[in-house]
Amino acid sequence: MTDLTELGVAAIRDGVAAGSFTAVEVATAFNANVAAAQAALNAFIVATPDKALDAAAKTDKARAANKPLGKLGGVPIGMKDLFATAGTQTTAASHILEGFIPPYESTVSQKLWDAGAGMLGKLNLDQFAMGSSNETSYFGNVVSPWRRNDGGNASLAPGGSSGGSSSAVSARLCPAATGTDTGGSIRQPAAFTGISGIKPTYGRCSRWGIVAFASSLDQAGPMARDVRDCAIMLEAMAGFDAKDSTSLDMAVPAWEAGLSPDMRGKKVGIPREYRMDGMDADVAKSWDDGIAWLKDAGAEVVDINLPHTRYALPAYYIIAPAEASSNLARYDGVRYGLRDLPEGAGLQDMYAATRAAGFGAEVKRRILIGTYVLSAGFYDAYYTQAQKVRALIARDFEQAFQQCDVILAPTAPSAAFALGDKTADPLSMYLNDVFAVPASLAGLPAMSVPAGLNREGLPLGLQIIGRPFDEQGVLNAGLAIESRAGFTAKPERWW
Amino acid sequence: MSVDTATVAKIAALARIKLSEGEVAAMVPELNSILDWVEQLAEVDVTGIEPMTAVIPNTLRLRDDKVNADPLTGGNLRDKVLANAPANEHGFFGVPKVIE
Repeated sequence: MTDLTELGVAAIRDGVAAGSFTAVEVATAFNANVAAAQAALNAFIVATPDKALDAAAKTDKARAANKPLGKLGGVPIGMKDLFATAGTQTTAASHILEGFIPPYESTVSQKLWDAGAGMLGKLNLDQFAMGSSNETSYFGNVVSPWRRNDGGNASLAPGGSSGGSSSAVSARLCPAATGTDTGGSIRQPAAFTGISGIKPTYGRCSRWGIVAFASSLDQAGPMARDVRDCAIMLEAMAGFDAKDSTSLDMAVPAWEAGLSPDMRGKKVGIPREYRMDGMDADVAKSWDDGIAWLKDAGAEVVDINLPHTRYALPAYYIIAPAEASSNLARYDGVRYGLRDLPEGAGLQDMYAATRAAGFGAEVKRRILIGTYVLSAGFYDAYYTQAQKVRALIARDFEQAFQQCDVILAPTAPSAAFALGDKTADPLSMYLNDVFAVPASLAGLPAMSVPAGLNREGLPLGLQIIGRPFDEQGVLNAGLAIESRAGFTAKPERWW
Repeated sequence: MSVDTATVAKIAALARIKLSEGEVAAMVPELNSILDWVEQLAEVDVTGIEPMTAVIPNTLRLRDDKVNADPLTGGNLRDKVLANAPANEHGFFGVPKVIE
């Protein structure tokens, strides 16, 4: 019998529906992989094997009764621990939320369960989704299943913030996982681990029940092994939700049915400003490969300008911390989560002690930056200026999309780095999201697909950015690349 | 613009995060290197540009003026609301004494 954990979302869904295997067999196989990898990869904060089995049993029962199985019937998935899951601890990888058991379910996770998916567990991440290497989690680093081909065994970063998701999908611990993307947190980890991931247009997926980081940027999206699986997952996750005031009141397109790798008549924009001085040679080559593949698929390639690109990252590091400092004010030791009440302390001292004990170093750093840029006397110089620059970045894209249908660029400036390499210097860590952040600031759909391996044997990703609401165009360009890149590499199992 | 220890201590107090003197001192150069770097935004010409308020144009919806229109987010959920509170007393959130 084939190893069921080598199957993706579509193959599992179709195989369960056809009766080639049962959903319980699938869930059992993935549960075993999750348990076997936990000590080495630390991809999960909590495993929920019973939940996966219960959902699978329900699917098998429905099939026996000839009832519809749902878009994800029989597919077990991993849930980033930023989504509130009723009755299952939800921590955002922080100490301050350790032990928090939501009495409610996030809209996106509920939609996935309604579609027939089951939960393998809650995936590790950077604390409050702040990080690009999954080294800020209170529950320990996540390790990438990939290793360099130099024979060494340096532990590599799975990317972040959705590092548990990327590590788990690429190590075959789950066929797909949820991610969230504020400034690259789906795309960069997908690129680092040789999988696919899409951040849809801002507002496609409800933010209700997702622990908030920067509300004007946060978007949920799927991470999976290929473009089709991402399309299937995204269809189940997206949709209008009255409980999120920024939710888009639009029908969810049939993205899977609309998949086509034919790019004839399409124009692909290549942003000049993304070709930076000192660009990694392997990254530059993978970009050139991507251009050639899309030409081969029939697309016309045009050079475009996104003149404010270099200001995107600094604008992001004002806007995101500003929003975070406001959002994270809710952790006060009163309503939920940790409380640290020193002997004889008053209310204000309790707040300060609780937050000192409950937040990690990076979270504190960002709250302080956010508090500073929003404080009286500095608000206009920092925050208002950043929001104006953000408007210019969005205008750059708007103008570029008059000349092209999608934009092609690298996802990240390098392949995965080793754990510990960038933790001493916050700025060098932030620079990892240089290619990912502009699309976030403009709310655009953007996806990473694997392009190939670099000279160290590590995956590189290519990024496709689309017009607002044009996830289909993004997925199709991704598919055109995927079908030509022939990326079949996977990490060798050492764990 | 750069911050000194007094400013960092003040921000930390505003943000309700207790920092030791050593932590404040360590935070000063970290914050300054980030602030120096974001400073480059000042060179962008933003004449006539409105600050972005909504990344994807959307209209704010009003819900019906009805009590408990959505049972999930409506009232009568006291016990669920209090379920995760570190100190829940007599159906309320418990806090240290505020008024002497």
